[in-house]
Amino acid sequence: MSVPTVRCTGVTKRFPHTDVDALHQLDLAVEQGSILALLGPSGSGKTTALRIIAGFDAPDAGVVEIAGQRVAGPGRFVPPDRRRVGMVFQEYALFPHLTVADNVGFGVAGRPYRPHTIGLRREGAHMRRPLGDWEARVEETLALVGMTNLGDRMPHELSGGQQQRVALARALCPRPALLLLDEPFSNLDEVLRKQVRREVRDILKSIGTTALFVTHDQDEALFMGDNVAVMDQGMLQQLATPEEIYHAPATRFVAEFIGVANFLPAEYDDGRLKTPAGEVEWPGEPPPSGAEALLRPDDMTLAPSESGQGVIVERVFLGPAYLYEVALGDGRTVRITQPYARRYDVGMTVEVRIVAERRPACFVDGRRLE
Amino acid sequence: MQSIGSHSGNALLRFFGVGGAPHPGRRRAPAVLWAPAVIVGVAMALPLVYLVERSLDGGGEAFALLWRARTAEILFRSVMLVAVVTVASALIAVPLAWLTVRTDLPLRRFWSVATVLPLVIPSYVGAFLVVVALGPRGMLQSGLEWLVGVERLPDVSGLWGAAFTITMLSFPYTLLSVRAALWGQDPALEEMSRSLGHGQWKTLWRVTLPQMRPSIAAGSLLVALYTLSDFGAVSLLRYETFTWAIYLQYETAFNRALAAALSLVMIAAALSLVVAEAQARGRAAYYRAATGAARPPPLVLLGPWRWPALAFAAGVTAVSLAAPLALLVFWTVRGIAAGEQVGVLWGNALNSVYASGLAAVVAVVAAVPVVVFTLRFPGRLSWVVDRLSYTGFALPGIAVALALTFFGARFAAPLYQTLALLVFAYVVLFFPQALGAIRATYLQVSPRLSESALSLGKSPTRILWRVTVPLMMPGMLAGGALVFLTAMKELPATLLLSPIGFGTLATSIWSAAEEAFFARAAAPALLLVAVSAAPTAFLILREPRRRN
Repeated sequence: MSVPTVRCTGVTKRFPHTDVDALHQLDLAVEQGSILALLGPSGSGKTTALRIIAGFDAPDAGVVEIAGQRVAGPGRFVPPDRRRVGMVFQEYALFPHLTVADNVGFGVAGRPYRPHTIGLRREGAHMRRPLGDWEARVEETLALVGMTNLGDRMPHELSGGQQQRVALARALCPRPALLLLDEPFSNLDEVLRKQVRREVRDILKSIGTTALFVTHDQDEALFMGDNVAVMDQGMLQQLATPEEIYHAPATRFVAEFIGVANFLPAEYDDGRLKTPAGEVEWPGEPPPSGAEALLRPDDMTLAPSESGQGVIVERVFLGPAYLYEVALGDGRTVRITQPYARRYDVGMTVEVRIVAERRPACFVDGRRLE
Repeated sequence: MQSIGSHSGNALLRFFGVGGAPHPGRRRAPAVLWAPAVIVGVAMALPLVYLVERSLDGGGEAFALLWRARTAEILFRSVMLVAVVTVASALIAVPLAWLTVRTDLPLRRFWSVATVLPLVIPSYVGAFLVVVALGPRGMLQSGLEWLVGVERLPDVSGLWGAAFTITMLSFPYTLLSVRAALWGQDPALEEMSRSLGHGQWKTLWRVTLPQMRPSIAAGSLLVALYTLSDFGAVSLLRYETFTWAIYLQYETAFNRALAAALSLVMIAAALSLVVAEAQARGRAAYYRAATGAARPPPLVLLGPWRWPALAFAAGVTAVSLAAPLALLVFWTVRGIAAGEQVGVLWGNALNSVYASGLAAVVAVVAAVPVVVFTLRFPGRLSWVVDRLSYTGFALPGIAVALALTFFGARFAAPLYQTLALLVFAYVVLFFPQALGAIRATYLQVSPRLSESALSLGKSPTRILWRVTVPLMMPGMLAGGALVFLTAMKELPATLLLSPIGFGTLATSIWSAAEEAFFARAAAPALLLVAVSAAPTAFLILREPRRRN
């Protein structure tokens, strides 16, 4: 195994005049060339973690290493300008007094006194003096984000998506060991956001950047991250692949934060697990009493039946499917998705069954059983 | 049922622009709004128009007189003074602003108030203190003579004395402007620069300072206009700039057409300063893109540098504030001991407060329709009204005074040498200050706000008193305080336009100082500073405080 690009060990931070840790005993590592999404609700400590890794805040305890070098820890603090960490802020923080090219080249030494107008360079001007290292690097980076001809614009003359790309180019231009992104897409509208995040992921992957990005949007985290770290109240809940996070969440919090989760009391009976929504085969060791099964809306199906155990109380049209809310006899409700062809009315009595192809995850005291 | 009462209520509502944005099909402002706004705009431009008319009066003869070497000399002297004062003010104000907002300078809060307070000292007071302390037979020279027998010191009158005096009184304009910009600066920009490999000092140089450029330009414009239109300091220190030349022309030579023509040249100089400032802003747009509450910027730890920084702040405060106050107290006590009459001052002080207070109230009331009209009903007419209202910004006091004496003597004889004309001069001169402060708060009164209050079932009258007026009140108070403060100190217009027998603090200080009765000038000067200190403190305390 190679050395991870960034590793946090036991990182703890408490802000003055507060009585809880903003970040508690955080352990995480990002392998070289991979993207880690740090996901959590607001106030979960994800931005604090990012700022500590960048060097804008110092941890109270614990160690941060970047590319094998200890940058924060007992008796050691490397200032942000010596960490080789690129950063993209939510609000982009483009320098309003510099052109796009000067923004992008800000972190690279050797800017000529009067650089060629990048992008608008005419052939004649090009012949007079070859591009210097600085100009070449800036142009290459602008080309990477598809903004070659906008180098001489001022930031306020750009659209939101273009500003986003300039911010990314500026952070990438000094070739940082690690790229940090703080809610990078939240200032963009829905349609643009989906397009830009795909572009950003392609760019990061094409140059093999190690990146850590913070978001509160689960779709974004599942799409962008090679791995996803879910945080709540300053603590890391789970760090795993997106698939694992969705299908095998480590805690009840993770299950409820990612997607729609139904938790139902489960009892073991002779190789089967029985829940109010039906039963499923359960090979292996029986779960202890008091366990709850996690059922996603597509783990169940329903069919009209006079003798069914549920009644439809709500139907929501999602486009390709319907989401039904079904009241079970014991006062619980479950949410179930069905193909659009199966349209049932509210008030109908239905039979609910489990159709999961895999064993559902079981939880005791909010934690998943292995 | 509509009663007469609700009609007058509606007029008041429209005056304040309550009732939301104009309807799509009805773009026109109500007459109760546009009529007063237009009248105010025209009134503000009246002195300028009249000045042009007057200088053309002699069939261009006055302009022929302008083409003399003397005019060029006056222009050169004025430009030199403006340049020296503006640069010196920036050199003092920019480091002070940064130290008091962004570093752990000891006693930061104290310095941020103390370094703004020199604004309350009028330039003619500063000038006579300079003469008293540093001039020939002044305190410094007498002391040195007694100690070591020095009989002559370098002359304080002329360019360097005037530049020193005005710099010490006007650098707070740049300071306030830069401080406000530093408060509003987005800390993410500096963090960005750090993460791109620049250290603390390089970040200061490459990110923080360039960000301050527009605020330095805006503050420098105020300093430059103040210097150009200063009358008190240059006349007491015998440095002949436009203001003094115009005054001499008017008082002694009685060549009014030439005085008017010189005023126009001076206004042209002021306008070119305004244009230069707009150029200095450059292409960049400065704004905070982030929505929501801003993080406070982190403090820079000065380490051992905090001692030189402290010495700098203390030195500036000592020269610009502590020494003048100490001298004023000393000379007041000495004057009273020598039998100076203090009782006569109360009448003059009341006159000052009365005239300045009237000007403040009139300016605020006149500014409201202009602000509402220009912000709620953007169009050609409101654009013109807006521009006209800012005329006073580039008009030196002496020029307005001159225009109004012509106007009063010829067309409005009953008004000539009345309080009304003096108050009008103050309003024309300081109207932009009231306008700026009220405009800033009215921008927060979004049409959506009164619409949502309407949709909550509140009557427009209640919205006016519960939403609009409370939101605008800080701006109206601040605007009024600014007008009051500057009118209290105003000298040339007061000298030329005061009714006979209407003495103010400013005129009594000036007449005593001009004849070198310094002991007599000290008491009214001290009183003037004391009265001006209250609105100044109010204005300073409106700044945001650092929470941690």
